[in-house]
Amino acid sequence: MFKGIASLWAGMRVTGKYFLSPRAIVTQQYPENRKTLKMEERFKGEIIMPHDENNQHACTGCGICEMNCPNGSIEIITDRVPNAEGKMERVIDKHIYHLSMCTFCGLCVKTCPSDALAFGQKFEHAVFYRHKLTKVLNQPGSSLRKEAKK
Amino acid sequence: MTEEIIKDVIIGESEDYIVNIGPQHPSTHGVLRFEVCLQGETVKYIIPHIGYIHRGIEKMCESLTYPQIIHLTDRMDYLSAHMNNEAVCLCVENALQVEVPERVKYIRTILDELNRLASHQLWWAAFGMDLGALTTFFYGLRDREMILDIFEESFGSRLLHSFNTPGGLMHDVHPNFQKKIKEFIKYFRKKLPEYDQLLTGNVIFKQRAVGIGPMSKETAIAYGVTGPSGRGSGWACDLRKHAPYSAYDKVQFTECLETEGDTYARYKVRMREMWESLSILEQLVDNIPEGDYTAKMKPIIKLPAGEFFQRVETARGELAVYIVSDGNKTPYRIRFRTPNFSNLFVINTIASNFKIADLVAISGSLDLVIPDIDR
Repeated sequence: MFKGIASLWAGMRVTGKYFLSPRAIVTQQYPENRKTLKMEERFKGEIIMPHDENNQHACTGCGICEMNCPNGSIEIITDRVPNAEGKMERVIDKHIYHLSMCTFCGLCVKTCPSDALAFGQKFEHAVFYRHKLTKVLNQPGSSLRKEAKK
Repeated sequence: MTEEIIKDVIIGESEDYIVNIGPQHPSTHGVLRFEVCLQGETVKYIIPHIGYIHRGIEKMCESLTYPQIIHLTDRMDYLSAHMNNEAVCLCVENALQVEVPERVKYIRTILDELNRLASHQLWWAAFGMDLGALTTFFYGLRDREMILDIFEESFGSRLLHSFNTPGGLMHDVHPNFQKKIKEFIKYFRKKLPEYDQLLTGNVIFKQRAVGIGPMSKETAIAYGVTGPSGRGSGWACDLRKHAPYSAYDKVQFTECLETEGDTYARYKVRMREMWESLSILEQLVDNIPEGDYTAKMKPIIKLPAGEFFQRVETARGELAVYIVSDGNKTPYRIRFRTPNFSNLFVINTIASNFKIADLVAISGSLDLVIPDIDR
C-alpha cells in the first residue's frame, strides 16, 4: 500500500514541477499569433507559380505536371499563337489547379522540367464557396520568361 | 456459437446484452465498431466490424504509376507514414535491382526511427488517456511536437510526408536536420524517465494493466500479431533484426521482448523500444555519409514482369508489399499485408471473459490505427 502511495506521489511530483515552474510554454496561441507565425520554408501549403516583376513565369505548358498528378488536380489548357518568326507555337492559356483534390505529394513540383511550380506557405484554405478552391495559377496577361527556353 | 447467442438474445431467452462500441467512440481511435456481447459487465465475445473508411487503396494503385503509389501508402497507417513509403520504394528498387546511395539508406533509417518514436509517443499519450490519466496526453504530444517540427522543416509536412520515392528521396534533408535531431535526443533522454514516473509505476495503472488480456506466444503466431504487441508475448518478430533493410544491419540494438503477454508487457515493450530508437538515432546521426540523395532512375519506371515482395517493420508490426507486374508502368495487382488487420482480430480471443473496461485497455495496448485496417 505504501508502495502504491509512493508511486502516485512520484507522478504528482512531475506534474507539480511543471505546474509550479513552467520552463517552456509549448502551446501556440494560434489565431492570435497570425502576424508573427511564419511557416517553414519548405512547408507544403499550396501549389503556386512564381511570377517575376515583369509578370512572367517559367511554365511552358508541357503537361508533365498534369501527367504526374495522381489525383487529377492539375488541368492545363494550351493555346497556339504565332511567335516572332511567324511559326505557330504552343503556349499556356490556363494552368488550372484544383486545391480541393490536391494531396500535396509534391510530384508536380519535383518533376517540372522548368521549375515553374513551387509550394506556397499559405495554409488557411477555408472558403465559403467550393468553386473558389479551383485556381488559375498563371496570372492574367502573364507570359513565358525567355531565359527559360535556353 | 455466436449465432446461437444472438438468436437467444433476440428471442429473449438469454439475459445477455449485445452492445455496439463505436463506430464513433473515442476509445476505438477511429471508425471501428465492436459488437460486444455482455453478461453483466463481463465480455462474452467481440465481433469487430471494419470497413467504415475503406477507400480501395489497393484497387486505386492499379491505375497509378509507381511514384504515384507512394502518396497513397501514407494514408494507410498515418502514424508510420515513412515506413509505409519505404516498403513500396524498397520493393520497386529490389525489382529493378537499383542500388540506392548509402546516404539514402542512413536517412531512411533515421526517419524510420523518428517516426517510430513519434508514433510510440502518441500511443503512450492516448493509452494513458484511455485509462483515465489525461495528463499523459499533454506530455506525450509535447515531446512529439519536436519530431513533427523536424519533419516539417525537412519535408514540408508533419504527418503525411511523401518523402520517399523509388530510388531515393524527393529532395535532400534540411541543413539543420542533424542539429535538430541531436537537440531532440538530448531533450528526450531527460523526458523519457518522466514517462515512467507518471505512468509505468503508477499503482492505478498497474492494476488496470497487469494480467489483463494475456496473449500466449501460440496465439500471437496463430493470428499473426506482429510488432510490439507480438513481442510482448515473447515472439521474436522484429524484422529490423531478422531481415535487415536500409541501414539496420549497421546499427546495434536489442530486440525488446517480454514474455508475460498481457497489456502491461505490451506497454513495457513499447517503452523499451523508445530507448532503443534513441540509441539507434545516436549511432546514425553523426555518420550520415555525403552523396546523392537519389539514385539515377528513368523518368518512367517500368517493373519487369513478375512478382515482387518486400516487408518492413512499422511502428505496429510487419507491413508487407506484394507487387505483381506485367511489365507496364502500373502494377497489375498490389497487395498490402498491414499489421493492424492481424492485430485487431486477436481481440476476441484475448479480451473475452474480461470486464468491458478492460476491453478499452486491451484495444489500446494493441495500438490500432483504423485506416490501416480498412485501407
